[in-house]
Amino acid sequence: MSILVGRETRLVVQGITGREGEFHTRAAIAYGTKVVAGTRPGKGGQTAIDGTVPIFDTVAEAAKQAGANASVIYIPASGAPDAILEAIDAGIETIVCITEGIPALDMIPVVEAARRAGARLIGPNCPGVTSPGRAKVGIIPASIHKPGRAGVVSRSGTLTYEAVQAMTDAGIGQSTCVGIGGDPIIGTTFLDVLKLFRDDPETDAIVMIGEIGGAAEEEAAAFAAEHLKGVPMAAFIAGRTAPPGRRMGHAGAIISGGSGTAAEKIAALEAAGVRVADSPTQLPKLLIEAGYRP
Amino acid sequence: MKIQEADAKSLLLAQGLPVPPWKVARTLAEVEAAARIFFDGGAERVVVKAQVLVGGRGKAGGVKLAGSPVEAAEVGSKILGMDIKGITVRKVLVGAAAEIVKEYYLGAIIDRASRRIVLMASSEGGVEIEEVARQNPGAIHRVSADPELGLLAFQARALGLAIGLRDPLLNPFVAIAEGLYEAMKANDADLVEVNPLAIVAETAADGATTHRLVCLDAKLTLDDSGLARHPELEALRDLDEEDPTDAQARRLGINFIHLDGTIGCMVNGAGLAMTTMDLVKHYGGEPANFLDVGGGARRETVRGAMELILADPKVNAILVNIFGGITRGDEVAAGLIEARARQSREVPMVVRIVGTNAAEAARLLTEARFETATSLDQAAEKAVALAKGAAR
Repeated sequence: MSILVGRETRLVVQGITGREGEFHTRAAIAYGTKVVAGTRPGKGGQTAIDGTVPIFDTVAEAAKQAGANASVIYIPASGAPDAILEAIDAGIETIVCITEGIPALDMIPVVEAARRAGARLIGPNCPGVTSPGRAKVGIIPASIHKPGRAGVVSRSGTLTYEAVQAMTDAGIGQSTCVGIGGDPIIGTTFLDVLKLFRDDPETDAIVMIGEIGGAAEEEAAAFAAEHLKGVPMAAFIAGRTAPPGRRMGHAGAIISGGSGTAAEKIAALEAAGVRVADSPTQLPKLLIEAGYRP
Repeated sequence: MKIQEADAKSLLLAQGLPVPPWKVARTLAEVEAAARIFFDGGAERVVVKAQVLVGGRGKAGGVKLAGSPVEAAEVGSKILGMDIKGITVRKVLVGAAAEIVKEYYLGAIIDRASRRIVLMASSEGGVEIEEVARQNPGAIHRVSADPELGLLAFQARALGLAIGLRDPLLNPFVAIAEGLYEAMKANDADLVEVNPLAIVAETAADGATTHRLVCLDAKLTLDDSGLARHPELEALRDLDEEDPTDAQARRLGINFIHLDGTIGCMVNGAGLAMTTMDLVKHYGGEPANFLDVGGGARRETVRGAMELILADPKVNAILVNIFGGITRGDEVAAGLIEARARQSREVPMVVRIVGTNAAEAARLLTEARFETATSLDQAAEKAVALAKGAAR
């Protein structure tokens, strides 16, 4: 199975003709992802990626005519909220928004619209989702993955690559790797992904990669303590040395009013029985210590 | 982006909030002249407040009262030039001192958990709200604005009632709460606070006293992602308080935060950049900076980033950690080689480049005789050893 994306995924790329859109679509196709459509308003009827992917003017047409059921968005911040709303309106089930720099206030009604429609929005400001050996949606490099049964969920991009590479090197394959994004307002939280992993018969262990800011890691820890007993888990939290009051690159990575520190998150996770690594390279070892046998 | 109290007050005033008049002064003569205007207008005392972008001004002695223009200049001389949490005070706000009857707190934040704008109010105003949250969390009342309809009047009323406001101050409170919400939306702010929101007593010429709600302080931070559509707000950036390297980092399009350590870091990706700092510390070193060169960094960016790191005289070792996805390792390596050819001082460096085009990067770095590392932990350990060697 895997979660969110898999063999059943039929992907439409919103912004397929842009530099990023085209580059990552090629990589997704090379990985075996079924890319069934692209959108570029005004260029409907043309094709992209050397004539292999039909372009539609709207997501609704891509859904209807090409059977798209998932979308990935490579559209600049000024147009990205509208792109998400268009995908929701077209009935797309899983929407992955890679775009960075969307104002937080723009995302509030968009996240609400996704919730009401029952659509699953991942991101924004995220690297995407890969189910190794099945589908790759987003910008996570294909080379780091190995198919397996450990789920990975992360707020970060390159830090996720680091952790996944360490797992692959240690022989621990992944069921699905989900980058949920580094913004304050995101469509899918740690908690949401943990629930999906819990219900996935092909995920037997979980790695969680958090960072300073907010309280989503604490929320996830509370859920793990109650509902993931017996599931081997390991975590890493970035930002132990981050100074308070400064935004550490990600819009959401800030210690404000003394809360959102790495120490608080690590304490909450450890109290929930989750092993927390000092370095992402220790994650495979901690999973094994937690009883996981890949 | 943080902005000064005086600028935050202007933005609240623009939304029709009751903000008493103020003047900003940079010199003692300006302080005295500003104070004179308020005394001529009937004020009995004026308040002189340090304008700095850090909290705790009052405790640090940055807020003082004065009974005459000359005394205002005297207290101004104590405040201007003083150091508050490492920031030199270069300007003060001068205004008539209010006769405060009671202080409240009112704030609007973007709440991540509920994914809504949340308004918070407390009858314990004039003190740090974080302190109230720790000591007496029940004293903070909240309402969540509807994600589509916004803040509704009944919600604002409920908030006012919860902090004990009644007729005739309840409706003015509702207007203030609505204005605060509008100020947040209009400016793409991620935080707006009025602390204190105060009931002040005002005495008319005939001796009659009336009570009124006014915003005695204002704090507003802007969502950096929203700044692009508010070019006029860019002018509110306080360059006085910026580390000079901040402006250079903005021009380069990289995230850079100056810290106190000795090991300069260059990393791609915010999470990995924080992790690299954490590992430097873990292995016994101190990071000199947070630096995220961003995705797909070009050699010019790498060169500029290296200049930023070397501009800090405390830096005695450099750690470059790149996990290439969109970023090409060979492009970074080429940038590092170019940077070293131009740099003004020699600082030992360890470079780790993995991911996209890592083999080509390794060839370039080996040819150019760079010290390299394969794993993140090894890179951090080496950098710490280099820094310790340089310090001896």
